[in-house]
Amino acid sequence: MNIDYLIFKIVLIASIFGLSLLVAMYATLMERKVAAFFQDRYGPNRAGKWGLLQPLADGIKLFFKEEFVPSSADKLLYILGPSLSMFVALLTSAVIPWGTPVVIGGKQYALQVADVNVGILYIFAVVSIGVYGIMIGGWASNNKYALLGAIRASSQMISYELALGISIVTLVMTAQSLSILEIVEQQKGMHWNAFYQPLGFIIFTICAFAETNRAPFDLPECETELIGGYHTEYSSMKLGFYLFAEYINMFISGTLISALFLGGYDFPFINDMGFSQNTLAAVHFLVFFCKISFVVFVFMWIRWTLPRFRYDQLMRLGWKKLIPIACINLVITGVVVLLTQ
Amino acid sequence: MNLYIFYGLSTIMIFSSLMVLISKRPIHSLLYLIFSFFTLAGHYILLNAQFLAVVHIIVYAGAIMVLFLFTVMLLNLNNVTEERKSRFSQITAVVAAGLLLVSLIGAMKGLKIDPAFDPASLQIGTVKNLGQVLFNQYLLPFELASVLFISAMVGTVMLGRKEINY
Repeated sequence: MNIDYLIFKIVLIASIFGLSLLVAMYATLMERKVAAFFQDRYGPNRAGKWGLLQPLADGIKLFFKEEFVPSSADKLLYILGPSLSMFVALLTSAVIPWGTPVVIGGKQYALQVADVNVGILYIFAVVSIGVYGIMIGGWASNNKYALLGAIRASSQMISYELALGISIVTLVMTAQSLSILEIVEQQKGMHWNAFYQPLGFIIFTICAFAETNRAPFDLPECETELIGGYHTEYSSMKLGFYLFAEYINMFISGTLISALFLGGYDFPFINDMGFSQNTLAAVHFLVFFCKISFVVFVFMWIRWTLPRFRYDQLMRLGWKKLIPIACINLVITGVVVLLTQ
Repeated sequence: MNLYIFYGLSTIMIFSSLMVLISKRPIHSLLYLIFSFFTLAGHYILLNAQFLAVVHIIVYAGAIMVLFLFTVMLLNLNNVTEERKSRFSQITAVVAAGLLLVSLIGAMKGLKIDPAFDPASLQIGTVKNLGQVLFNQYLLPFELASVLFISAMVGTVMLGRKEINY
């Protein structure tokens, strides 16, 4: 382990951390603009040009709100809840390959924090512990609405995790690898997994919606039934953490969908353009980022188009439709992989 | 380096395991237990068994403990409803645990550790090797374990289904 390698990793970690926060910040603005577009209004346009300073204003507002802890709440867990949500939301980005390696001073540096050989399982582990932040927060507030919201959120996440897991297994069967870098490399030249695994792609995307608790799966924070759901008792930056974690999760889900199914940083003819390696890495990163932005836009598009499910519909979709379809997909993929080998 | 990490992890693990027993509220014990699972996963990584570490987190921290948390939250357990055990069963429990400790120490003392064993040089923990060992050498136990899982699942469905009166 030489020192320049270590410095590069630290810089990379810091910049990915900053990038996630920045993207999440501007995703809030984008969401409001997209909502405004869908509802034929202007959206925020007072703070800065085109409302570009709006996220900053929102952040400052949240910071200066009164910090409130319910007297009957479990103090420690009340604070732990939003922190855990934020922490888990930021964990996934460690195994994402952001581009081809860059060359600095004759040495190659991979644009990935850790190429873990069980990368996909790592992501699945992070997804599966993501429910703790919401559960702990909702329970610790000592409020019935918050508890109901937390229970809804966690049962929803557990149910959709199964179909998500099975669709990932199918992907691993075709890719024959658990490393995300390898999966992205295999998709080079338009061999995107979305074409080979259309069913898996759709299931994964639906489950990603459910895992991020966004419309049409936003029952945990259904205002007409539950006031605010699991964050009813939260105010100030603790509430901000919960809301922010949702946007980071959305960004990370977009990243995963692009990396696993939409070819990662691959783009047609990109390798034939004769870029130098560093330019290529930059172009790759830009392509990847465009894909992520598109997926995030789809997230918003669906939120402002579809109404919310009823709770029994949600459970029926998860257990009686998605899981059987995912299982059938698994069996078919298994047979095809066995026959083509 | 690895040795220091090992000691650090072990200290945290023993502390959180103790806190599982000492904590007054069930939900705190539960969270300490989850935390000790994470430190255990750290130990697996030190032994170069990433697959085992990640699967450990997925299964225990991600699935089983979430259901435990559910139960504790829904039943709203607290120390008021908990019944006190009688003095006799307390003493019995202490003696039994002490005997278990003695037998564990005896077993550890008789254990011979091969000095050539170096986890960093081994590739046992990688998925490929694990899969090959599981599906060649230990195929029968593996299949038996999956039969056990299926029977447990069928049992759960049986218990969970609605009672229909004919």
